[in-house]
Amino acid sequence: MKILVPVKRVVDYNVKVRAKSDGSGIDLANVKMSLNPFDEIAVEEAVRLKEAGKCDEIIVVTIGPEKAQEQLRTAMAIGADRGILVKTDTPIDLGGVEPLAVAKTLKAIVENEKPDLVIMGKQSIDDDSNQTGQMLSALLGWAQATFASEIKLDGDSATVTREIDGGLETIKIALPGIITTDLRLNEPRYASLPNIMKAKKKQLDIMDPSDFGVSYDPKVKILNVSEPPARTGGGKVSSVDELIDKLKNEAKVIS
Amino acid sequence: MKILVIAEHHGTELATNTLNVVAAAKKFGGDIDLLLAGSNLSDVAAQAAKIDGISKVKTAESADYDHHLAESMAALIVPMAADYDILLAPSSTFGKNITPRIAALLDVQQISDIISVESNDTFTRPVYGGQAIAKVQTSDSKLVITVRPTGFDPVNAEGGSAAIESVSGGAPDAKSEFVSLKEAESDRPELTSANIVVSGGRGVGSAENFKMIEALADKLGAAVGASRAAVDAGYVPNDWQVGQTGKIVAPQLYIAIGISGAIQHLAGMKDSKYIVAINKDEEAPIFQVADYGLVADLFDTVPELTEKI
Repeated sequence: MKILVPVKRVVDYNVKVRAKSDGSGIDLANVKMSLNPFDEIAVEEAVRLKEAGKCDEIIVVTIGPEKAQEQLRTAMAIGADRGILVKTDTPIDLGGVEPLAVAKTLKAIVENEKPDLVIMGKQSIDDDSNQTGQMLSALLGWAQATFASEIKLDGDSATVTREIDGGLETIKIALPGIITTDLRLNEPRYASLPNIMKAKKKQLDIMDPSDFGVSYDPKVKILNVSEPPARTGGGKVSSVDELIDKLKNEAKVIS
Repeated sequence: MKILVIAEHHGTELATNTLNVVAAAKKFGGDIDLLLAGSNLSDVAAQAAKIDGISKVKTAESADYDHHLAESMAALIVPMAADYDILLAPSSTFGKNITPRIAALLDVQQISDIISVESNDTFTRPVYGGQAIAKVQTSDSKLVITVRPTGFDPVNAEGGSAAIESVSGGAPDAKSEFVSLKEAESDRPELTSANIVVSGGRGVGSAENFKMIEALADKLGAAVGASRAAVDAGYVPNDWQVGQTGKIVAPQLYIAIGISGAIQHLAGMKDSKYIVAINKDEEAPIFQVADYGLVADLFDTVPELTEKI
């Protein structure tokens, strides 16, 4: 079985981002970039399936700038076998390469690589759209299992437990299919130094969006990006009694 | 302008977020139809018909749609979309699962999680886990949108008298089937829709100590949350995590106990109406967003609060 894992270069989840003063986007200069956390979980899951003897090859693919090779190397250090970078200087966080365009690009890559399964993050933590996996499965006419917290492969189908509001739903999808990952699926390993070194020698192909005939001109224009109004916090109380009094009589949120 | 609201329901009950989605639909101006799919829809259809502002309730009565699998729902909705300019759904796991599939089949770039309608093609939506708000303008002629329920005040559940009309749809293009549903086994309210959330962080110290947090939550009828640090330390299951990579909550009251207030946690709770912080470190960043901060040892304070509240 061949597994394709699309991944994305995003701002590290611990970074406090700032909107640019001209409102055109988020200031990404000198900000720590990482592998999108949900994608890291997707890579880990593929690697575990490979370690369990259920997968022969893991291909990671990303769309982004030259530097997005770093995230492919991170994925390969976790255990992916080879990487593909679709290189573009169009922004990938906001107002640039959109989920539908990503899905169209990935569809072309799927048609080239013919994986049996695509595992990918449910959303990227920059534009938070939560669309690409569902869109890719629609374009391919494949079944989808989103927000996975458990995956069991069984021949030509996958049984997937999904995190839905208020519970866990289990569905069975035919393969080839698409699974998107939620947080509880696994806890990604830290790549060891030898594996980081090994990853540097793995195959990494660089392709051009024109290879796929997909336009990265956005359909949705960003008019403005601003920081939400700051909370006026900083209020203090000096005792439990005062706290209860404020909650009852000032905020009126308890009775 | 014709608008279709794809409504979430659970058997005999319409999801409360429907009222928020209809509120968003009303901002456009135009006829609003509401779609229900599944079996035995008469109860939910009757509830939906009473919602203020609905023209027609369309019912797709078939066991094929019982579990709202994305493939089946897309097969139903994509052909219907020809009659509508705008498709709206809640940005719950129900909506998020279905709408991108529909949007892709319509060659539309969906707009996720809107919190305001500025005009018929311009919206605002949180990005970067709510650290920024983007105002976006679409050039698509047909729109597929998910609505963040907390962004819109609900419309009145009563007062309307929409006609109910049945519709039928196509066969799914891909194979998926429902196996089982395990509903959260808790008497506590669901984290993302609770009025009060009590959360604990690394400062709580252990899984055993976390029972103190749970006791306070139960006294208040609240949901229990946790910071990523508490989850990573193994005190609680990870579906309790509030934060950018966990659940996004906006209750009336959020009580953060032993939580320092890392950026990724704040991204998940800073839209709460009132925030209480209890922490012995007065420099903890959580105090900067708290309405009521109490600098104190949580091991003294929480039992006292539980007793007195």
